[in-house]
Parts: sequence; C-alpha cells; structure tokens
Amino acid sequence: MIESAVDITLLSLIAIHAVAIIRMRSLFAVIMLFGGFSFLSAGLFVAMDAADVAFTEAAVGAGISTILMLATLALTYAHEDVQKEEKQPTHKPWLPLSVVLITGGMLIYGTSDIPAFADPNAPAQKHVAPYYLKKSLPETGVPNVVTAVLASYRGFDTLGEVTVIFTAGIAVLLLIGGRRKSKIPFETRSNKE
Amino acid sequence: MKHNLILRVVSKFLIPLIFLFALYVQFHGDFGPGGGFQAGIIFSTGIILYALVFGVASAKKVIPPYILRALASLGVLIYAATGVASLLLGGNYLEYGVLASTQVAGQHLGILVIELGVGITVMAVMLIIFFAFAERGRSEEECE
Repeated sequence: MIESAVDITLLSLIAIHAVAIIRMRSLFAVIMLFGGFSFLSAGLFVAMDAADVAFTEAAVGAGISTILMLATLALTYAHEDVQKEEKQPTHKPWLPLSVVLITGGMLIYGTSDIPAFADPNAPAQKHVAPYYLKKSLPETGVPNVVTAVLASYRGFDTLGEVTVIFTAGIAVLLLIGGRRKSKIPFETRSNKE
Repeated sequence: MKHNLILRVVSKFLIPLIFLFALYVQFHGDFGPGGGFQAGIIFSTGIILYALVFGVASAKKVIPPYILRALASLGVLIYAATGVASLLLGGNYLEYGVLASTQVAGQHLGILVIELGVGITVMAVMLIIFFAFAERGRSEEECE
C-alpha cells in the first residue's frame, strides 16, 4: 500500500517534470528541472531496492550532469537571444503526431508481454542471476553483489567503461581544452584586462 | 561569488565532508552501495564546489590540469595493469584470484585496486571536463 503510494507519487512528479521541461522556454529552469527529474528517478530506483543504480543516478544524473549543463549554458547563453519568439512551424503536425502516436501505442502494446515486476520466472532472473546470488559471496568474499558482478565477473566490461570515460575526457580536451586563439592582437587584449 | 561570506564558510565546512564521504563510498563499495564511479563523481563535486565558490584559478592551484591529465591515465593504467599482473601470476586477464594467497583474498584485493583505478579516472575526467568548460567561458570573456 505504502509502496504503491510512493511509486505513484514519484511517477506523477516525474511526469509533471517532463511536461514542464517541454513547456518551459527558459533553459536555466529546464536544467534545474532535469536535475529534479534525475533525483526523482533516483528515488524510484531506491523504491525498487536498486541502491547502487540510485546512487549513480543521484551522483551522475542529478549532480554532475546538472553542473556540466549549467557550464554549457554559461558558454552559450550570452550569445543567443533567448527571448526571441519561436517561429511558427510551416508544416502541419499530423505526420509527426501520427508517428509518435503509433510508436507510443506499439510500446504500450509491448508492455503487455513484459513479465511483472520482480517476477521470479522472468528471463532476467533465470539466466545468470541465480549463479551470482548464490556464488558471489563464497567466490569473491564481497557482500555487495553489484560490486562483485561489476568489478569481478564483468571486470572486462568495467575496464571498457573506464576507457570510455577516459576517451570522453580526451575528446573534451581536444575539442575545447586549449584556450581559443583570439583574433584580437595580444597587446590590445592585455590592455583591456 | 568570491565575496559571499556565508557560502565561503559553509563550503569550507562541507568540502572536507564531501571528500570523506567520497572516500567512504570508494572503499566501502564492497559492503554497501557505491564504488569507484560514484566515489569519483562525489570527489570531483567537492573540488567543483571549491571552484564555484573560490574561483576556477584557485581550484586549479589545488589540482593543476597536468596532474589531472596524468591521474586520468593513471586510473585506466591501474585497472589494466591489474589484469596484466594476474596474467603474469598465471591466471587469466583480470582473474583476481591469483593476486593473493587465497581465491577470496585475491578477489578482494583485485576489486579494491580496480575500483580505485575507476575512481581516480572518473574524478580526473570529470574535473578535466569541468575545467575545460569553465576555462573556455573565461577566455571568451577576456576576449570580449
């Protein structure tokens, strides 16, 4: 009873956030709402007993992404006229609307085949999960199964993930890391400072 | 925000706690929720908070960019080297069991070390990205 009340509250708050994000025109407010959206998702993960995922969502989704998006906004905001009225679209909305409705309808139809939440006979619970749950503590001595799977059984995947993050850092450094070469000559620039 | 006294005092109080929590998440990841990814992010937010309140320049004095670049590669290197170490000790790549006398002790050691590598890389890369953005904004302002 309490669990479903929590779920419904969180999900409806997430839906409200999503609608507000679509309707808002101020990018700053949208970023703040993104943070709230992530935080509510983290709450939903906690309600589903996925503490590690919730932790990651709260730290990465609500924390660092918000900061990085704000930093991006600080780079781009000043140069764009945000108050400018959006142009009225020239085409009719029927084609995109029908695509969205058909896709959404098919997705909703597809959910009827998804096993119920925490169904013990679901394929996800049948494959390797029982092995991990039974064997991870005696084999690795690590009580947190998520850490055992992530770092030991799936160590190769995690190595790949770390490499992806490292590559992302290199890419950002290469793209915007160096100071931009200014067209203003050096002397005039130093006078201005 | 340089002259906001309350922010400065509160963040000076908070930053050590953030670091402490990051270390807790890092080294307690075997027992509770958390691990290298989350710990790295939390650690970097501590320094980002410092950069926001005291300025990017002073944050760069705390961790200079060249150290960050070295740390980002060091983390991946620690991870990959753990795999090589287990290869040299006669196991498969990233088979931690051979790292110590018993299987469980080896697994424990291996997981601790690779999580440390993950944490270092994530922390360094997040700060590299943040500094890249912050620096970019400042250099453009200076140009205008």
